[in-house]
Amino acid sequence: MAESGVTDGLCNTDDIERSKTEGKELTKEEKQRLRKEKKQQKKNKEKNDEKTSHEGEKKKNKKKKEEQPAGSASQPPAQPSPKAVPAPAPPPPAAAAVPVPASEAPAPADKPAKSKADLKAERRARQEAERASKGKKGDVGQPAPTGKLKAPPSELQPVVKRLPEHVQVDNPEVVKKLAKKLERQQTPGCNAAENVKIPLRSDYGYKVSLFSHLHQYSRKAPLTQQLGIPSTVIHPAIVRLGLQYSQGIVAGSNARSVALLHAFQQVIRDYTTPPNEELSRDLVNKLKPYISFLNQCRPLSASMGNAIKYIKKEISNIPSQCKEEEAKIKLLNCIERYINEKIVLAAKAIAKYSIEKISDGDVILVYGCSSLVNHILCEAFEKKRKFRVIVVDSRPRLEGREALRRLVQKGISCTYVLISAVSYILPEVSKVFLGAHALLANGYVMSRVGTSQIALVAKAFNVPVLVCCETYKFCERVQTDSFVSNELDDPDDLIVTRKGKTQLEHWQKVPSLGLLNLVYDVTPPDFVDLVITDLGMIPCTSVPVVLRVKNVDQ
Amino acid sequence: MELQAVLMAAGGGSRMPDLTYNTPKPMLPVGNKPLMWHPLNLLERVGFEEVIVITTKEVQKMMSTDPKMKDVKMKLDVVCIQEDGDMGTADALRHIQQKIKTDVLVVSCDLITDVALHEVVDLFRAHNATLAMLMSKAHDFTETVPGQKGKKKTGEQRDFVGVDQSGKRLLFMANEADLEDGLSIRKSIMRKHPRMHIKTGLVDAHLYCLKKAVVDFLADNKSISSIRGELLPYLVRKQFSKTTNCPKSKDDADDQTQKTADGSTNSTELLICSRDEPLLQLAQERSCWNDHRGDMSEAYHGGKLRCYVHIMDQGLCYRVNTLAAYIEANRLASKLLEEPAVHPSAVISERCQMGPDSIIGAQCQVADKTSIKRSTIGNSTTVKEKVKVTNSIIMHGVTIEEGCNIHGCVICSNAVIGRGADLKYCLVGNGQQIEAEAERTNEVIVGTDQLMEI
Repeated sequence: MAESGVTDGLCNTDDIERSKTEGKELTKEEKQRLRKEKKQQKKNKEKNDEKTSHEGEKKKNKKKKEEQPAGSASQPPAQPSPKAVPAPAPPPPAAAAVPVPASEAPAPADKPAKSKADLKAERRARQEAERASKGKKGDVGQPAPTGKLKAPPSELQPVVKRLPEHVQVDNPEVVKKLAKKLERQQTPGCNAAENVKIPLRSDYGYKVSLFSHLHQYSRKAPLTQQLGIPSTVIHPAIVRLGLQYSQGIVAGSNARSVALLHAFQQVIRDYTTPPNEELSRDLVNKLKPYISFLNQCRPLSASMGNAIKYIKKEISNIPSQCKEEEAKIKLLNCIERYINEKIVLAAKAIAKYSIEKISDGDVILVYGCSSLVNHILCEAFEKKRKFRVIVVDSRPRLEGREALRRLVQKGISCTYVLISAVSYILPEVSKVFLGAHALLANGYVMSRVGTSQIALVAKAFNVPVLVCCETYKFCERVQTDSFVSNELDDPDDLIVTRKGKTQLEHWQKVPSLGLLNLVYDVTPPDFVDLVITDLGMIPCTSVPVVLRVKNVDQ
Repeated sequence: MELQAVLMAAGGGSRMPDLTYNTPKPMLPVGNKPLMWHPLNLLERVGFEEVIVITTKEVQKMMSTDPKMKDVKMKLDVVCIQEDGDMGTADALRHIQQKIKTDVLVVSCDLITDVALHEVVDLFRAHNATLAMLMSKAHDFTETVPGQKGKKKTGEQRDFVGVDQSGKRLLFMANEADLEDGLSIRKSIMRKHPRMHIKTGLVDAHLYCLKKAVVDFLADNKSISSIRGELLPYLVRKQFSKTTNCPKSKDDADDQTQKTADGSTNSTELLICSRDEPLLQLAQERSCWNDHRGDMSEAYHGGKLRCYVHIMDQGLCYRVNTLAAYIEANRLASKLLEEPAVHPSAVISERCQMGPDSIIGAQCQVADKTSIKRSTIGNSTTVKEKVKVTNSIIMHGVTIEEGCNIHGCVICSNAVIGRGADLKYCLVGNGQQIEAEAERTNEVIVGTDQLMEI
């Protein structure tokens, strides 16, 4: 009632105070709430003055008694704020705290004995005492949102979510923190004296200012330069994998995830639990420096992140009484199962759904080399559908050539164009099939740079755009533009030599020139007509539903 | 463990008999350190902790007494083999097959280089190669070699090395001696790699990364005795052989009985071909990468056996197996070593002129009015007054009396050069004594006992 309103109001005002001191602007909501609370408090003041002359006290007493425990429970450990209800001088808290629970029980019985004013004064004194004692106890902690407090206040508390470190490269403190973290992540090998740290890969070349918060590495300076040669700190399979990532030998999000899990299988096979340690905890700690190493070689993809989460969960769920050999076999089987379910069988299911969407006489446009889209087209061709494919390609990766090779090898008739010709060729196209690197929680599709352009032009021509993506690539991140989180590839890839001349050879010496080699971009869901996943064909906006269902399953 | 290092130090130094008849080649001083110290230093710098050293008993004895070898902090597992037995490098590998548990890095003891070793090993790792080796552009030796009469003969057999367009994949390797009629390249190679660069001016550094399966293959095939001469050309040829490419018959690989029943050639193919596990296969299929373009085949043309080479164009890389190379290496040794050129325990008088490129060993005594330029002086050497030493290599324990003039010479250990001798471009053998006031030019002065060895 009024009391609870007061306590609620107190809590909210404290939050607002805190956010004010943190220098954040109050949102509209918060301002409205402030206004409400001020009104309430004014009302409370008036009511309190009227209480003494009001009738129907018993009801109020009862209600107040009920609300008191709730009210006292929901009192935040706040500093005595100047907006608090003016109260009489609080009696010593110790004396007041003890009689509170005791007095609750006999109070209703004693009510008719005492006068109304006395009772009210007692109650107020008790409340103040409790508030003061709680204030002394919990000055530092944040208010725990209780059942009474609704959702809106909790929004205010963690006001800013910390940005991940890989998108804060231009902040020198964050870079220092990362270096320290890598130092701490030393793997104590067999010689404890030799704690070699995971090296920090340094950025290369001038970074375009819009993307200066991202890392930009050179392929000619591999991370293995700073590691010893028979790598004992990092498992050789992981070193090999890191090299393959940074040189682009394993590229494409499915291939990267499979290779990662394969490397983890080798790590698990070669793992022995040190004495006095538990496999479930130690193995996860062992994997952390490997993951940082791989991250330095090439930033992890969303699918790899999900695979790592799954593995870590499986490892931590191993019961402690399980023997090492059994545990290892179990983990290896888990990995095999994960790959089988999420990649191989998912590809089959997606192919099955997509073939329904491919009709005879179709002209299908694909972009770059997506392993899933290639798989779908090959399956459709085997099921004797008649269609032809237009492969769109773009520099500097020119992955479309590989897609072209695979399709033509099967016997599909293909056309090959560069992305600059997309608007010329789209009138011929009946469908566009795109692959995805990740699907974000707000329905945006993160894929190879250029995909959003293709989707845009296709929308302009009213050509349906179908995105094929397995569910394990669904990511809980939210992004609305391609700047916040992206990957910068080696800028030297953009340099091309024609007829013996390399114009951009000395691009670093020109002070006003920067080369930008982006890898990913995000496509808004308005341009995507259908997402084909292993769970079925869903619209782009249903991605958060799938994520929620997945979380519930787990 | 990723790689095991093996140092081949049993070679005889057959191309420089004058130097090696008393001192075995691995212990010849280069920059006042034994020759085999240099590759060991390279391995140590890079991060190796253990090395298997294959050498002779004689060298092992000398190693244990040499103070410089004690600087090596790695654990050296010395395996002795008979010196006179005709053991080739491949035979030596077969000898230690039991010790080899993982992929192996074979280094020759006469390699002096400052290569960034990760370049070679990265090729080995990234492409899952069977062989990765190091080669360098050959530098001409400019120094005059003592005892060489006439022009430098170009009779050295050339090596023909064929690489693909990226310069990393090794397609062809043959020595001039094996090519009688001409250089013939198979059509299958040309179809897969239409652009090949064939290079002749390359020096093979004898640094190889080999897969463990190759060592097992050697154990079965006892006919191969030299790594460089026989194994390497065999592996390079086998990349394009039909049997390695077509069958993905994994059941054959697992069937042990079939291995023994078949002829040795079949089983050995299966042993070498890197058995790609199904997950790796899946990853490669899904990856949108290809090492070549223009034809219809998948990455690596589906070949499981791959050989890679890293060709250094900058930096030092010398194989000290001839006298000329030995002199050159000594000249450049001061650049490689981080230690001060003059050993702290050497006693050098103040009136001595010493050039910056000279190296003076421990416990030397250099008297007044001497001039030492561009030379290396070994340990415990005594140089008396008024001696001029230029462009020379003087090994340990040598005594040079007053007034000598030594130019462009190589003077081996424990020699004594008499007073006032004038030596130009000479090679003085071990323990020799040059009489006073001798004047020798372009001669090799060795003892009579050495003359008997041919």
